Amino acid sequence: MTWQTGWHKWKWVAFFLAPSLIGLSIFIVLPILTSFTLAFQDWNLLSPPEWIGLANFQEMFADASFWGALRYTLLFIAFYIPAVFVLALGLAVLLNQKLRGVLVVRTATFLPVVASWVVVSLIWKWIFNPQYGLINPILDVFGVQAPAWLFEPGPALVAIVITSVWKDLGYIAVMYLGGLQAISDTLYEAARIDGANSRQQFFRITLPLLTPTMFFVLIILLINSFQVFDQVWLMPMRDSAADRQVEVLVTEVVKNAFSYNRMGYASAMSWVLFALIFAITFAQLRLQKRWVYYESE
Amino acid sequence: MLRKLFLIGLLLLVIGIVPALAQDTTIRYFTFSAAPDHLEDLDTIIAAFEEANPGITVEVETAPFADYFTLLQADVVSGDAPDVFELNYENFVTYAANDTLLDLSSYLDAEAPFYPRALEAFQYEGVQMALPETFSTVLMFYNADLFDQAGVAYPTNEWTWEDVRAAGQAIRALGEDTWGVYSGVQFWEFYKKAAQNGECEFFNADMTESTINSQACVDTLNLMTSFMNEDLMPTSAELSGVSDGDLFVSGKLGMIVTGIWMFSAFAEAPFAWDVEVEPMINQHASHFFANGVGVSSTTDNAEAAAAWAQFLTSSEVAANVRVESSWELPALDEPAYFTGYLAVTPPENREAVFASLESPVTPPVIVRQNEMQDAVNALITRVVDGELTAQEALDQAKTELDALIAE
Repeated sequence: MTWQTGWHKWKWVAFFLAPSLIGLSIFIVLPILTSFTLAFQDWNLLSPPEWIGLANFQEMFADASFWGALRYTLLFIAFYIPAVFVLALGLAVLLNQKLRGVLVVRTATFLPVVASWVVVSLIWKWIFNPQYGLINPILDVFGVQAPAWLFEPGPALVAIVITSVWKDLGYIAVMYLGGLQAISDTLYEAARIDGANSRQQFFRITLPLLTPTMFFVLIILLINSFQVFDQVWLMPMRDSAADRQVEVLVTEVVKNAFSYNRMGYASAMSWVLFALIFAITFAQLRLQKRWVYYESE
Repeated sequence: MLRKLFLIGLLLLVIGIVPALAQDTTIRYFTFSAAPDHLEDLDTIIAAFEEANPGITVEVETAPFADYFTLLQADVVSGDAPDVFELNYENFVTYAANDTLLDLSSYLDAEAPFYPRALEAFQYEGVQMALPETFSTVLMFYNADLFDQAGVAYPTNEWTWEDVRAAGQAIRALGEDTWGVYSGVQFWEFYKKAAQNGECEFFNADMTESTINSQACVDTLNLMTSFMNEDLMPTSAELSGVSDGDLFVSGKLGMIVTGIWMFSAFAEAPFAWDVEVEPMINQHASHFFANGVGVSSTTDNAEAAAAWAQFLTSSEVAANVRVESSWELPALDEPAYFTGYLAVTPPENREAVFASLESPVTPPVIVRQNEMQDAVNALITRVVDGELTAQEALDQAKTELDALIAE
């Protein structure tokens, strides 16, 4: 195979990579680059784009809808990430037990992950229905004044967080499970010989050795939750206050692009969203040394 | 022998070429209203058109309304616009303002019996940029059985919203789960009730400033929310996802303001019901929803495309097919076309459909239409929720609308 060197080799590499590269270039890279230039233009799809410099960004920073959407996005993140981060860890520890039927339970917890958001939102819309749903009668039993969940902005956000946690729990738990199963049994064995109880083993062995997984989970959760869309688009009841007021950054982008025909403005908003995610991920990478423990270190 | 062969060859050539020449124009027509229920009806209209216009073939492309305008925009922006396409009134201005529509003035048949108001609706800056295809309107539907139980006289053409309030109170008193009236509190109801007020305008005459925060508009919005505040009308949370139409069909609603497209949905309701022109505040005003048909400004077949647009919107064949198939009503002032439509009951008072056309209202339309609608709707919701007063909400609406028309 001496001919597979130099130029010849690269020709073959290019040949085999071409189908993927062409698709990637046309459908991913080109739109990303185009959206960057569009961020500095005014384009309603019907007339030719017009260069307007930084006007889209200036308008965005003075736009109450943008700040409202950012506020709801951050509120979603503030409730959703701690809940799913902790509950998934608890679930993973439970699923890591060597018990009969645990495989069935593992599969069941993963089912919501593969269900479509349309189906999930329909089920939870019924559960949260103030007249016919499941939750409010239960709250009534405990004397709790139940809200009109998906009709009012505040309760709707809580309902969206609960549904999102339920749907994503299995996915994050599986990631944790991988981390848990990578921890060597010999460490626990040694700890037990030294007299450590379960609690001490969890906090001294499990948690420190799980920090690389936790770090990965946190990055994934932050990136995904800044891009939250489906549940916010689908769950609030039509024409209710929640429907008209609960907007997150991606729903704002979609509305501006496809309902208001403001492609330039929507592109500018997308790039601000990208900058936010990039900055937070970068900060996390820099801060990881303070709390992430790698076994090899 | 050679001569015979030559003649046979010539004959075959003619046989091949003549039909090809006759079929040389193909029109692409893009529609949201035909699929899925009326494709066969559209085919009937196309067959009649193709028979009357040999050499022109119409090719149909369809999309559901939710995706239609995204696809149409994609076609227009890629230089592949369909020759003829449907437009609703609200989107018409956007397309007309962006030079995507052909001026149809020179193709328009002066004899076509269009409703003048409908024809006018599809003019942009005085130029006929599309033709009105169909219309729809909104009436007040009432449950006659509930009126009888409450001992209230049926609505008349002369009713005001105060008469509705009085009747609503009597019907509401019939039971905890029986509601008096439902009339949506949103943008589309607001501009119509603004017209019923007569003094409330969303914009000044030259469209340079919003006047939506005038006292008349504040009064109108307060009237709209008063039915909910007085517990005569259910809130969206009280409806809990049940549509206003379903509430009416269930027999638990005295009056509902909704579109004539609900006739068939209400036909099997287990009680007596009828319709009346919507009540007044100070004067009559009824919705006039219209779909139109435009021709692309980039079409290579302007004449054939305009002929198809004209046939589809104003021919007797098209009008009869639409009425007979309960598709949509043609925007034509030709009573003979509607005889069959008027004979169907319920409702008994189908004449109210045409009576409502005596005071038609079209929405205020600006280039950034959807943003205006969303902005006004969001603020109205905050009034309904008690977060803002009508005056505060409309002051804010004026600021937002001024910004939208400034660009």
